[in-house]
Amino acid sequence: MWAAPSRWGWLNLLTPKGLFAHDTYNKLFTMHGIIMVFFFLVPSIPATLGNFLVPPMVGARDLAFPRINLLSWYIYIVGGIFAITAIVRGGVDTGWTFYAPFSSTYSNTHVILAAIGVFVSGFSSILTGLNFIVTVHKMRAPGMTWSRLPLFVWAHYATSLIQVLGTPVIAITIVLLGMERVLHAGIFDPALGGDPILFQHLFWFYSHPAVYIMILPGMGVISEIVACFSRKSIFGYGFVAFSSVAIAVLGFLVWGHHLFVAGQSMYASMVFSFISFLVAVPSAIKVFNWTATMYRGSVSYDTPMLYAFGFIGLFTIGGLTGLFLATMAVDVHVTDTYFVIAHFHYVMVGGMVMAYLGGVHFWFPKITGRLYPEGWAKFAALVVFVGFNLTFFPQFVLGYLGMPRRYAAYADEFQILNVMSTAGASILGVGYLIPMIYLAWAWRYGPKSPQNPWGAKGLEWEQSPTPPPTFNFDVPPVMNEPAYNYSGEEKEVEIGR
Amino acid sequence: MTHQVVPVRAYVAVFLALIILTITTVVVSRIELGEYNFIVAITIAVIKAVLVILFFMHVKQSSSMTKLFVGAGFFWMAILLVFILSDYFSRGWLPGATWWRS
Ligand code: HEM
Ligand SMILES: [Cu+2]
Repeated sequence: MWAAPSRWGWLNLLTPKGLFAHDTYNKLFTMHGIIMVFFFLVPSIPATLGNFLVPPMVGARDLAFPRINLLSWYIYIVGGIFAITAIVRGGVDTGWTFYAPFSSTYSNTHVILAAIGVFVSGFSSILTGLNFIVTVHKMRAPGMTWSRLPLFVWAHYATSLIQVLGTPVIAITIVLLGMERVLHAGIFDPALGGDPILFQHLFWFYSHPAVYIMILPGMGVISEIVACFSRKSIFGYGFVAFSSVAIAVLGFLVWGHHLFVAGQSMYASMVFSFISFLVAVPSAIKVFNWTATMYRGSVSYDTPMLYAFGFIGLFTIGGLTGLFLATMAVDVHVTDTYFVIAHFHYVMVGGMVMAYLGGVHFWFPKITGRLYPEGWAKFAALVVFVGFNLTFFPQFVLGYLGMPRRYAAYADEFQILNVMSTAGASILGVGYLIPMIYLAWAWRYGPKSPQNPWGAKGLEWEQSPTPPPTFNFDVPPVMNEPAYNYSGEEKEVEIGR
Repeated sequence: MTHQVVPVRAYVAVFLALIILTITTVVVSRIELGEYNFIVAITIAVIKAVLVILFFMHVKQSSSMTKLFVGAGFFWMAILLVFILSDYFSRGWLPGATWWRS
């Protein structure tokens, strides 16, 4: 279901003139962006796999604040109701970025409803982050030192820091936007004495770090999968753990790379560009360490590992094209084109959604106590990979050739690549449908899973019975070996206590 | 979770300080000080916020981990302000860089 808005969009771009009325197209891509970013990608892994797995992974019976966890869920629903109301009442056409003064003064769609939805769901995000931070600090089992924490937990810890430190700023930005739209306070609209670039600063102060909210949990999943299916301890555990925190911190210092052509000072742009290059370092550290982990490991090709391969390749392409975009002169050429669209779909869909599917398959036996049909699963992973690349690779070319984003129509010469993209999206849609069907089937009718079908390490796999009861452990567990001790070595890194 | 008991006197003192500072804000706003009005108002606001955080929110008696997180919050706000202002301050530096004003 979640792929639907983008698919309508692609259907539209099948022909140069477009199939939908132009303002309908504007509303479609705006709804798609808002739902995907704020209601799917940001909560996706933390709210599902994270809530389920962080407690058993650190050896706890539950999160530190179970009721706040529930509250976070209710708040999310309320935010979602606002967003859906905005859609049902006729939609929004500002783009997911809500740029002022269009959003505050000129758009005559349901900006306020959608903005309230984003505002409210932000609190859900903050509460989840708060819960994880306290859980990791306070609820670790005896022997579960910081240097033994699964990298999935480190990634969630870093994500939580961003959620707690960044989300309030988007909330404030939305309030200011509302004040200008409703009360005509001059904040962003030059006609009222405001500055539109201020909106972009405030918006991206949250929204660039937010892209790391979206990718870091995925990186955590990949670390678990790669270690398990290579039967090796993660290469450079300490580096991978700290690179998550480095990404979280550096990620707050680069937002100006979204403002290169907005009228931002050249000097500020230079600094933001430079720091954007720096943030690629911790990302690369992870990619190299996963590769080094596989090197000479006994690698097996189960479904989660296939998704991990997909993640590593596609994230690398997405991250590297991010560096193209962070280069000021190149960005002038490709900004606001399909090149940007391809870039972020490679990281968000090629990265995060791949990791999500990989994680769902990896922990499916733990969560449901059943096995899924491996043949179908491998087939679907392949379909997703092919469909994804067919959808988004042509967009790099389109963007480089100059096709702008957010237009309902395009020049005739772009049609072939657009048809490829639409065809790819259809394949991708099928690729997502297959797992939904067999996972739903396996949940009820799949064969019973053994306690630890992958022979994986980690307290969550030692916890029994499977699926876990409400409070995970009857007897508090003790962690008495290094993380990822697949080789049975005694060597251990030291981080803090 | 061992909380040292804060004497009621301390709360009353902080409360009175907040009231006095509020009155000061109002009074000063009526005196014409040019741009210093702004500076005085902000300074008083910061002092009040610090009092509330330290005493009413018990950060003064909290663990150093809590203090670290409180500090981080302000540090992050400083990042926001410093980087945004670095844009505004340096916009005029480049000769001919004012095209967007016309
Ligand atoms: C190596 C790290 C990365 C760098 C250097 C980078 C750089 C950039 C730059 C410079 C832009 C602005 C392009 C323009 O509008 O002209 C951009 C856009 C974008 N990036 Fe990245 N990026 C990186 C990683 C990521 C990741 C991991 C994600 C998401 C998980 C992501 C999501 C996005 C999104 C959503 C946009 C477009 C926002 C919009 O205008 O709608 N990026 N990136
Ligand atoms: Cu960015």
